[in-house]
Amino acid sequence: MTAMLNIKDLRAYYGQVQALHGLEFALNQGSVTTLLGANGAGKTTTLRAICNMVRSTGAIEFDGASLTGRSTENIVRLGIAHVPQGRGTFTTMTVEENLQLGAITRKDKAGVVSDIERMYDHFPVLKERHTQQAGTLSGGEQQMLAVARALMLRPRLMLLDEPSFGLAPLIVRDLFKILGKINREDRVTILVVEQNAQLALELADKAYVIETGRIVMSGSAAEIANNEDVRKSYLGY
Amino acid sequence: MSAVQEVVTEAPAVEAVPKRAMTLGYGASMVMLVLLIMAPVFVKNFIIFQLTMLLIYALAVLALNILTGGSGQFSLGQSAFYAVGAYTSAILMEHAGMNYALTLPVAGVVCFGFGFLFGQPALRLSGVYLALATFALATAMPQLLKLGYFEHWTGGVQGLVVTKPDAPFGLPMSQDMWLYYFTLAVTIAIYIFSVNLLKSRSGRAFMAIRDNEIAASAMGIDVALYKTLAFGVSAGITGVAGGLGAIAVQFVAPDGYTITLAISLFLGMVVGGVGWLPGSIVGSAFIIFVPNIAEGISKGLSGAVFGVLLFLVIFLVPHGARQVAIVAQQLIGKLKRN
Amino acid sequence: MELFTNQILAGIATGAIYACMALAVVMIYQAIDHLNFAQGEMAMFSTFVCWQLMQWGVPYWGAFLITLVFSFAGGIAIERLLFKPLAKAPILTNVAGFIALYAIINSVAGLIWDFTIKQFPTPFGSSPFLGSQLISTHQAGMIGVTLMLLLLLFFFFRFTRMGLAMRAAASLPESARLVGINTSWMIALGWGMAAAIGAIAGMLIAPVVFLEPNMMLGVLIYGFAAAVLGGLTSPLGAVVGGFLVGIFENLVGTYIPGVGNELKLPIALALIVTVLVVKPAGLFGRPIVKRV
Repeated sequence: MTAMLNIKDLRAYYGQVQALHGLEFALNQGSVTTLLGANGAGKTTTLRAICNMVRSTGAIEFDGASLTGRSTENIVRLGIAHVPQGRGTFTTMTVEENLQLGAITRKDKAGVVSDIERMYDHFPVLKERHTQQAGTLSGGEQQMLAVARALMLRPRLMLLDEPSFGLAPLIVRDLFKILGKINREDRVTILVVEQNAQLALELADKAYVIETGRIVMSGSAAEIANNEDVRKSYLGY
Repeated sequence: MSAVQEVVTEAPAVEAVPKRAMTLGYGASMVMLVLLIMAPVFVKNFIIFQLTMLLIYALAVLALNILTGGSGQFSLGQSAFYAVGAYTSAILMEHAGMNYALTLPVAGVVCFGFGFLFGQPALRLSGVYLALATFALATAMPQLLKLGYFEHWTGGVQGLVVTKPDAPFGLPMSQDMWLYYFTLAVTIAIYIFSVNLLKSRSGRAFMAIRDNEIAASAMGIDVALYKTLAFGVSAGITGVAGGLGAIAVQFVAPDGYTITLAISLFLGMVVGGVGWLPGSIVGSAFIIFVPNIAEGISKGLSGAVFGVLLFLVIFLVPHGARQVAIVAQQLIGKLKRN
Repeated sequence: MELFTNQILAGIATGAIYACMALAVVMIYQAIDHLNFAQGEMAMFSTFVCWQLMQWGVPYWGAFLITLVFSFAGGIAIERLLFKPLAKAPILTNVAGFIALYAIINSVAGLIWDFTIKQFPTPFGSSPFLGSQLISTHQAGMIGVTLMLLLLLFFFFRFTRMGLAMRAAASLPESARLVGINTSWMIALGWGMAAAIGAIAGMLIAPVVFLEPNMMLGVLIYGFAAAVLGGLTSPLGAVVGGFLVGIFENLVGTYIPGVGNELKLPIALALIVTVLVVKPAGLFGRPIVKRV
C-alpha cells in the first residue's frame, strides 16, 4: 500500500514557542487514522502544519509532492480538505452556499450539482435547511455541513479536527458512521484528530498518540485501544 | 426569521505593547535628558523655537498614545482638544491678564472636562465609527471657532495675538530659550506622570480594555469609567500642549487647528510606534521636519515626496520607532555578550 | 410644506453623489475591513484621466470605458505594490499608508493638471428633468446610474462564483483558504472593483462640483458617513445612507440658521454619529456579536 501522506521531522512554532518536536508518521491510501492526545498536545497544530497554517519545518509529502512552501489554498487544491476546529462554517451564508463554496475550485458545474445532491443524501437534515443561514443551524448540523463542505472538494485526503466537540453523543455516533461510509464508498483517506478516543478508535485502522508535541505511541487501532496506559489515560477505564 | 448574528473573534485592532516595553531603559532616558537640556545652548533662536515645537507636538502625540496605544480608542480629533487648550490659554492671557504659566493647568482641566464629556457618547463607538466621530469633531472645531457668537472672545477668523513671556527673575536668556526650558520642564513632568499612569491600576485597566473589552468588563473593570477617563486625560494633555503652542507661536487662529493637525498627530503616533511613549518625540520630529524636507526636495511635488517618505518609513519599520529601539536593544545585548 | 418636499427631493439628487461614493467605500470595506482614505483621490485621478482622454479627442463613452479599465487595473496595482507588503503590519500602519497614498495622488494630480477648475461634461445634459425645477437630467442620470450599479453589485455578489468567493474571503479568510480560495487575490480584486466604482462616482460628480484635485474630499467624507450610516456591510445601506446624507445636508443648510457651507459638514457628521450612538451597527448593518 502506498503512503499517501508522509511526514518527517515536523517541527511547528507559535512565535517563539515550539509546539511540535519532530513528528513523523505516514498515512496509507484509503485508511482511517486517528491522532489522539490531551488538550494542548499538538493535535490541532499537526493538522494546521499540514495545511501550512502555522510556521513549521520538516518534510511533508502528499502523493510524492512536497507541500513545503505551498500556500494553504494551493495545498487544498491538491486534494486535501480540512474541517477545522470550530467548523469554520460561513455563518452568514446559506447552507447551499456553503456547499457551493466547498466546490468553488472545481470546474465541472454538472458534477458540483450532482455532488450537492449526494451530500443531501448523506445528510438529509441539510436538505431540509438548505436555504437557511448556516449560523442558525445547531452544532451537530453545522458539523455535518462542515464535513459535507469538505467533501464537495472531492478530496483524496480529509483532515478532521475534533469533529465530536460540543456535540451530543448520539449525533457524534451518527457522524462517525457517515465518516466510515465515506471512507469506504468514496475512498477518501481520513485523518481525524479527536479527544473522544473511544469512537475514534472504533472508526480508525491506525492510531497515534501525541503528548506535548511528540508521538509517544503508534499502532493499529485495536492495539492502541487495548493498551493499558491508553485505557487509563484516554478511555477512562 | 431571527436576525443572524455574526460571531466575531477578532484580534484587537490596536496591537498590545507589553507594559515593560512602554518606556525607555534608565540609561537611554538619561542620555535623552542630557541631550534635551544641552541642546539650546548651541543653536540659534529659531532652532530653539523649533525644538520647543518639537516638545509640544511630542506631548500631543504622547496624549494620543495614551488614548490609542493605551486604551485602544481611535481618535482623529486631537486637533480639537489642542485648539481648545490653545484658545483657553490665549483668552486667559489676553482678556483676563492671567500669567502664562497658570493658564496651562486651566487649559488642562478644561480640556480634560471636554474630553471626558466627549468620551461619553463615544463609549458606544469603536474602530472606524469612533474615527468618524472624532473626525467630525476635528472638522467642526475650526468652524466653531469662527462663529460670530464667540467672536468677542476668540477674535473670529483673525484670531488672537498672544504675548510671549520674558524669562523670569531677569535670567540672562532669550525669550525663546526660557520658553524652551519651561516647555521641557512641563514635558518631563507630564511624561513621568504618563509613565506612572500606565503602570498604575488605571493603566492596567486601560490596557485590559484595549486588548479585550468584553473580558475586561467581565473581570469587573468599569469600562465606561476608564474609557472616558482615558479620553479625558488624553484631551487634558493635548490641551496643555495647545496652550504651550499658543504661547510659543504667539497667536491663535481657527485655521491653525484643522483636520490636517489631527492627521499629523496620528501619523506621528504611528511613526513613533503606537503605545510606545518615548516614540512620541520621534513621531513629533517626523511631522515637523519631514514636510519641510519634502518641500526642499521638490516644491511642486512636496505632497508626493512626503507620501513616498512616509511609505518608506512604514515599509521599513511598520511598528514605528519602537521597532528600531528593539533592534538596537538586541544589538547592544549581543555586543555586551561579546 | 412644499419647501420641505423640495428640499427632500434636492437632497436625494445630491445624495446620489454620496450614494455612489458610498458604494465604492463599502466595496473596499468588504475586502479589507477598513476605510481607505485615499479612495476619493483615486476617483479624482481617474476622472482627470478621463478628462485628459477627451482633451485628446476621445469621445465621452470611449474615454469612460478606458478610464474604467485603467481604474480597475490601477486599483489592483496599488494594492499589490503598496498594500500587500503591509498585510501583516498593524491596521494603524495601513491607515498611515492610506494617508500617504492620498498625499501622493493629490500632489501628482496637482502637478499634472494644476489646481484651476475645469469643466467636465455630462452625458445626460443639464436640462430640467421632466420639467421639474429641482432635478436636472444629469442628477436623474446620477440616481439612475447609482441604482444600476447597486443592482449589478447585488447580482455579482449573490449569483456569481467570483462574488461568492469574495464574500467568503471577506467573511472568514481562514475558512475561505480551506476551500481553496486565494484570499490575497480577492483583496486585490476588491481594490480593483472599488477603484472602478470610485471612478464612476468621480465622473458623475465632476460635472456638478467641477474638476479640480481637491474636489473629492468633501464627497469622500460624506461617502464614508453614508456608508457607515447604512451599515458598512450593506451596499443597499450605502445607497440609502447616501440619499439620507444628502437630505440631512440640505435640510440642515435650509432650516438651521447661521449655518453656512462650512458648518454643514460637521453638523451632518454629528447627526450621523448620533444615529450611530443609537444604532452602532448602522441602519442596515448586521449587529456583530463579539466572543471573548
